[in-house]
Amino acid sequence: MYINLTLIIQMAVFAVLIWFTMKFVWPPLLEKMQERERRIAQGLAAAGKGEEELKQARAGADTILREARERAGVIVDQAQRSASEILEQARSAATQEGQRLVAAAQQQIELDAARAKEQLRQQVGAIAVAAAAKLLEREIDARAHEALLNEFAAQL
Amino acid sequence: MAASQSSRIGEYITHHLTFLTNKPQTSIIDFSVVNYDTVFFSVLLAVLFAASFYWAARRAVANPGAPRGFQSFVEMIVEFIDNQVKDMFHGTSQLVAPLALTIFCWVFLFNAMDLLPIDLLPDIAGGLGLAHLKVVPSTDLSSVFGLSLTVFLLTIFYSVKVKGPLGFLGELTLRPFSSKNVFVQALFVPINFVLESVTFCARPISLALRLFGNIFAGEMVFALLALLTLLHSFAGLETMSGWAMMLMQAVLTFLWEVFHLLIITIQAFVFMVLTVVYLSMAHEHH
Repeated sequence: MYINLTLIIQMAVFAVLIWFTMKFVWPPLLEKMQERERRIAQGLAAAGKGEEELKQARAGADTILREARERAGVIVDQAQRSASEILEQARSAATQEGQRLVAAAQQQIELDAARAKEQLRQQVGAIAVAAAAKLLEREIDARAHEALLNEFAAQL
Repeated sequence: MAASQSSRIGEYITHHLTFLTNKPQTSIIDFSVVNYDTVFFSVLLAVLFAASFYWAARRAVANPGAPRGFQSFVEMIVEFIDNQVKDMFHGTSQLVAPLALTIFCWVFLFNAMDLLPIDLLPDIAGGLGLAHLKVVPSTDLSSVFGLSLTVFLLTIFYSVKVKGPLGFLGELTLRPFSSKNVFVQALFVPINFVLESVTFCARPISLALRLFGNIFAGEMVFALLALLTLLHSFAGLETMSGWAMMLMQAVLTFLWEVFHLLIITIQAFVFMVLTVVYLSMAHEHH
């Protein structure tokens, strides 16, 4: 249990060791640890912010989706309505056209029939005159009997 | 038989208490004597500490990601010390925290040498022709006083630097007794000086002896436990009592090692805390 030169040597070694720790060990370690701590804190904050943003984006997307769905429904309704309108219009137009065609055809038929009647009447008149002439063996003045003939034809 | 046994016990204990020196020391203080073993193991442990922590610091700089393995162990210690120092020391100092780290680790490594089997290194050294070897630097008074005196000098240095020579002197002479009356105060000055300087100078002594005493006592218990089987040769294993002694030594040594783990850590921690407290007092104005 003595005090000797070891004490001085120990003090010197201790001083060098303190200097070394102060210079090369403590500052870089602590700086890097604090830097990492900051980075972790920033990362956590960013993660929180990202989550918040994601939530907002999801809510925004939901709103947009809902609006789009509503608008699509409106558009489909309108389309159906206008389709049925167009169908209705086409149907009525076709009906009118058909009626018009039928009417025109009837008119034509009536016209044709009238013309045929007229021809028939004239021919019947001529035949009747010819038949009468043959019967009477004499010529009938067609002009003189025109009134008679017309009356006859009208009775046909 | 009894006389030779007790002389062998005395020899064994003395052997464990003797340093490896350049020459036998006769007076209590002799600065021409060096304890080679203490110096060797102190420097070895200092290099171990400095190299491993330097390596961890380089790793931390080179690899900014998550720390792994030994690097996280070192960072854990650094953070622990940093928190302790922040709790106790409120000034700004580039020195105190690294000093605390150095003291804690170095003293812990000193003390941890105690956990090696007590005869392992001395017997190896004996095989190499060295007569004595004390492997635990904190059981060397010169060594622990080397630490505490360095702390003491730093305390004085910072006291003078922060408070000025007069402020420091005032701290030593104007407390604890003070008076508004100049004459009474003049009477108090020598009394205060004696009280305060004794308190001040007792610090490095108590700091050193606390560490020394605890670790020395621990080492002594290991030596005494080793004595349980020391006096028996392998022939002792032929008897029941020989086996019983060996078992007892193993169990008791194990239990003491476990308990000693606590002591060496606490003593290193206490040495560090007191150092920080002293330096904190040196930085504070009263």
